[in-house]
Amino acid sequence: MSDPAISPAQGSSRLLMDLHGAGLDVSACYQCGRCSAGCPVAAYLDLLPMQVVRLLAYGQEDQLLASHTIWLCASCQTCTTRCPNEIDIAGVMDFLRQRVQAQGTKPAEKRVAAFHRSFLRSVRRWGRTFEVGMLGAYKFRTGDLFSDLKLGWAMMKRGKLRLLPRGIRGRRQVRKMFTKGGRGKPT
Amino acid sequence: MKLSYYPGCSLTGSAREYDQSIRELAALLDIELVELADWNCCGASSAHMTDHKLATELSVRNLELAQDEGRDLLVPCAACFHSLRAASLSLQTAKTYTPKFEILHLTTLLSRPEWLQKISARVLRPLSGLRLACYYGCLSLRPPAVTAAADYENPRGLDLLVESLGAAALPWSHKTECCSGSLTMARPDIAISLVGDIVQAARRAGAQALVTDCPMCQANVESRQPAGAEKEPALPVFFATELLCLALGDQKKKKSFREHLIDPTKVMAALDSENAGSH
Ligand code: SF4
Ligand code: SF4
Repeated sequence: MSDPAISPAQGSSRLLMDLHGAGLDVSACYQCGRCSAGCPVAAYLDLLPMQVVRLLAYGQEDQLLASHTIWLCASCQTCTTRCPNEIDIAGVMDFLRQRVQAQGTKPAEKRVAAFHRSFLRSVRRWGRTFEVGMLGAYKFRTGDLFSDLKLGWAMMKRGKLRLLPRGIRGRRQVRKMFTKGGRGKPT
Repeated sequence: MKLSYYPGCSLTGSAREYDQSIRELAALLDIELVELADWNCCGASSAHMTDHKLATELSVRNLELAQDEGRDLLVPCAACFHSLRAASLSLQTAKTYTPKFEILHLTTLLSRPEWLQKISARVLRPLSGLRLACYYGCLSLRPPAVTAAADYENPRGLDLLVESLGAAALPWSHKTECCSGSLTMARPDIAISLVGDIVQAARRAGAQALVTDCPMCQANVESRQPAGAEKEPALPVFFATELLCLALGDQKKKKSFREHLIDPTKVMAALDSENAGSH
């Protein structure tokens, strides 16, 4: 775990304004640690949820956007549920993830980002997720071609993977949702 | 009772046995399910985590389809349930929408007293002797502001359901711990470790199997389960609806559970010999 400077001299006011615009408020955090105590992936994080909240209150944009934490957060909502000050920490993670994507900078966890992108591309195309196509695209993006082949085969044998996509009638409607500046648009 | 039904993508693929058992159970309980015509993906964690606006829009189309039908909407997948409720709430807060229907979570519906009564009265094959760890996961419970779940830290719905079938619902420590399903493809190492903890906790409590109502949890806990020590068989994860069908359904039909990645034949055989002994 890194040791973030507390009360640093410089901070991004822009970040704080955008946070406010997204309906999020972290200023009531008193560092009780409840969010971090219950976080299932805490052992894998470079910043604990409570550190993310504190750094955010201080506008420490670079450190936050470069962190692995925002990608490894599994969005389980435990922190948000337990914070005594009603801080939506899981929402904060979403906000930071979206900011990395909006800025077009490299995500610290490429595979996680590639998975989300592949998933949404599938929705954009068919209106629903088509698991085989989505996983193929994910593997292609990451070059991670050989992991989980056994699992894929086991699922296939059990009829759990449909081989042909089935698009919905309203898929053009769905596609439009992506073209309005959404993240799922083709990259 | 007649409900609109939103299966969601998982239930058309990797969790198809969930869909099948829901339809079978609905028929057994005289619930008519009308699948929402031309529903689209709710965007699940990927949209929610990386594009809120898109997540809302994807759900809004489904909400509109359901609004036209006007019937309460059954949403068995925890991620879909969460997405649809979150979108509905944000529209209601913005005062742009007044829903004419409820978004229902399967376990919450069936664990209401009147349904529990109906279910226990219709049990043909009690599951007595079966020791289960009820596993709830995350998104049907948290945050309660979205899900309206009552006992989100120590939920009882699945416990009540399996108890009404005669099975034992064990107290255990990991009922609502996250299995990191949303990371399972990209970071299987994390998923294996979290799933390992969950399964170990269920074993410690004396469970023969887990039971859930979340399709991502079911797939993740079966597929990422690390091999236990020698005398520790892998624990299968049942959908609650599979067990309900087993207890309430046509007893002449043999259930194969062939869709499961972890074969529950041994657990079923133990159940059979237990019940044969008690006759
Ligand atoms: S639970 Fe809330 S108040 Fe406590 S440290 Fe976390 S964000 Fe701050
Ligand atoms: S939502 Fe993310 S940060 Fe919060 S407890 Fe879950 S995994 Fe940890």
